[in-house]
Amino acid sequence: MSKDIRIKKGLNINLVGAAEKDISKASLSNDYVINLQDFHGVNPKMLMKEGAEVKAGEALFYNKNHESMLFVSPVSGTLVEIKRGERRSILSLKITADKTQVAVAHAIPNLGSISASEVKAFLLQSGCWPFIKQRPYDVIANPETSPKAIFISGFTTAPLAADLDFTLKGKEAEIQAAITALAKLTAGKVHVSHSGANSPLAGLQGVEHHKVSGPHPAGLVGTQINKIDPINKGELVWVVTPQDLVIIGEALLTGKFNADRTIALAGSSIKNPKYYTTKIGAEIATFLYASGVNEAKFRVINGDVLTGVTSSQSGHLGYYNTTVTAIPEGDDYEFFGWNKPVFNKISNSRALTFSWLTPNKKFDLNTNTNGEHRAFVITGGYEEVFPLDIYPMQILKACMYEDLDEMEALGMYEVAPEDFSLTEFICVSKQPHQDIIRKGLDLMLKEIG
Amino acid sequence: MSLKSSLHNLKEKYKGKKMAPAFNALHTFLYLPNETTHNGTHIKAADDLKRTMNTVIMALIPCLIFGIFNAGYQHYLALGEIESAKGFLGASFWTIDNLIIGAWTVLPLVIVSYGVGLAVEFLFAVIKGHEVEEGYLVTGMLVPLIVPIDIPLWMLAVAVVFGVVIGKEVFGGTGMNILNPALTIRAFLFFAYPTWMSGDKVWVHGAVERAGTADAISGETILGSYAQNNTVAYDYWDMFWGLIPGSVGETSKVLIILGALFLIFTKVGSWRIIVSTLIGALTMGLIFNGVIESGWITETSKFYGLMSVPFWQHLIIGSILFGAVYMATDPVTASQTNKGKWIYGFLIGFISIMIRVFNPAYPEGVFLAILLMNVFAPTIDHYVIQGNVKRRMKRVKVKTA
Repeated sequence: MSKDIRIKKGLNINLVGAAEKDISKASLSNDYVINLQDFHGVNPKMLMKEGAEVKAGEALFYNKNHESMLFVSPVSGTLVEIKRGERRSILSLKITADKTQVAVAHAIPNLGSISASEVKAFLLQSGCWPFIKQRPYDVIANPETSPKAIFISGFTTAPLAADLDFTLKGKEAEIQAAITALAKLTAGKVHVSHSGANSPLAGLQGVEHHKVSGPHPAGLVGTQINKIDPINKGELVWVVTPQDLVIIGEALLTGKFNADRTIALAGSSIKNPKYYTTKIGAEIATFLYASGVNEAKFRVINGDVLTGVTSSQSGHLGYYNTTVTAIPEGDDYEFFGWNKPVFNKISNSRALTFSWLTPNKKFDLNTNTNGEHRAFVITGGYEEVFPLDIYPMQILKACMYEDLDEMEALGMYEVAPEDFSLTEFICVSKQPHQDIIRKGLDLMLKEIG
Repeated sequence: MSLKSSLHNLKEKYKGKKMAPAFNALHTFLYLPNETTHNGTHIKAADDLKRTMNTVIMALIPCLIFGIFNAGYQHYLALGEIESAKGFLGASFWTIDNLIIGAWTVLPLVIVSYGVGLAVEFLFAVIKGHEVEEGYLVTGMLVPLIVPIDIPLWMLAVAVVFGVVIGKEVFGGTGMNILNPALTIRAFLFFAYPTWMSGDKVWVHGAVERAGTADAISGETILGSYAQNNTVAYDYWDMFWGLIPGSVGETSKVLIILGALFLIFTKVGSWRIIVSTLIGALTMGLIFNGVIESGWITETSKFYGLMSVPFWQHLIIGSILFGAVYMATDPVTASQTNKGKWIYGFLIGFISIMIRVFNPAYPEGVFLAILLMNVFAPTIDHYVIQGNVKRRMKRVKVKTA
């Protein structure tokens, strides 16, 4: 049964440089890097020493908070570097890949008869568990819990993000396998949202289908949870992205962890933006320059422009990312930039800004903040792009003054930082909304748990 | 070396120094800063607080220009030197003579307002080490528009210092204040120097100097006439076009309406507050008209004059429209939730007309009503938000039931 979700509030940010629907194979990467900042809230403990030989899918470290939670290598090779920061915290791991790849082979489970505990054990052992995130708190799911529902968003609305209808084509079997297994872990439903009959996810069995339409953030799983089955105090839901389901599914079907990813290389700094197949942790340079770059000074972003993480040009593909974006740096002054009419930037207001005249025009935005950081002043704007039944400014302020009761009452259990990416985009006071929410969630996790 | 790069070098030189905020304010006035995003969204929308504030100033400029001409017009009209203009484009209104008198009296108000206010802002920014914020750009323009034309400049300066320090800076600056700073300045003037803020001698330039002399002129406002149960010397069109005495910028209803449309269109002003304020004012006006009709108040009552004003006329006399469009909509001191804005605006309109009618000393209540509701805005928001919280709690009960 399909239930439609139509989102009215929001804002589509149309940018120049969408990836063309053409897949190339990225050239092989010498090194693969796992950035520990990709795993928020994980307390890593190494299982391997520098110089150790690893296979693809072999555990590199585990989470001290949940010792069964293993994090595995995307490739086989040599663990050449463990980069450490303050107080010996681990920042990143670098693996030099072997010419011939060898993967750890797990026993292939029988999906028909597998039990919930066996699914859990398999996912933890095979390194697939980190792909399961939980709300509240937007962290990797606690394996000792059981969610009330599992949500999968197969619909992207983020600017320049990889088109899931395109990248998931042909992966239906893997996704189905993953969902069949995951469904055993919840007493509730598995909700899958997608663009409709054309989506590769439309044929999935054993799930509740939802057809989603509307502007960004309709594609964010947080929006869908809020509309389908909002999270109340004491409840848990799990969230898995479809591209991660592919890896989980393949592991279930073959017993091997395959870190292959189809990613979109997009953004106005790229000459020929298009799709590439590569692996988690691969050097971005292996596909970045293959498409050509337009200027010397640009920013590479692991992820989309609203939620991604800044990377260097010699950086590596993030553990969860399916989009790499490159946009021009905007570190220049603009004469009377706050005063004159603006035609080449996007704004939700119409204060001498004219993007409302051309809703379908594609803009070439850079990383300039277009103003300085200020206290919250303008009200009513966030609500126009924030479809959740939550007061965005009030919850942000509650996070800033760290009032746990108020945060809880205002709906903190339902939100993840990405839900505030649009309000952050339109914020005239240039406040770091996602950062404020992340800190608030961390505080709640620490104090309430 | 270009201006851009020399300013950049200066910025680097002063980074972290005490004067950095003052210097930075001047720099960012000329140039959009070169700041880039770090984490979170890598792109940002085009508008910042300066642009937003600038939009409000743009909406105020027509009122200012009209106020300048009206100052001269009211002056010469009271002296009997010119004919009534009869309409917005009347020949005796848009004249060089009116402009000269108006510029001579109004521009000093603007200069004192901005000069003193920004000096206080810069001082606080340097002492406290925060950036010079944009809030005063609008306040500075509002202040000369809401005072009587002949207010002595030193009084204005004292009031501005009071308003900026007590109305804003003690709370932490723009975005943190509880009361509208421009209205705080006006309230200070009203209570500290009442003879300069009400009566029939302050609204027309030159009236004070001539008071008690043979060629004394009177510039009673329409509200003043009604409050005295006198006949009103102006017709509705004069009131609508603004050819009447009053605070500098509040008289021309047509320009205020145009400003309101501009603010609503640009999404800078809250249409909810503007509309609900007007609804509130009309409601109170209707109630008073009902009282008159039912005969509870007769012509002998001192309230008769103002109560008998047809309800819709309340919108074109006094400063209710100006207050609704430019003062009540101040996003910092107004209610912040959309539902709250409806309640907040309605009560402002309602209370404004109530004070206007019942205040024995001074027949206008818009600024008092807005200040009062500034204080209650957080309470209104609290109850609106509690509604949302209760809905969330109810969800849990439905689940467990």
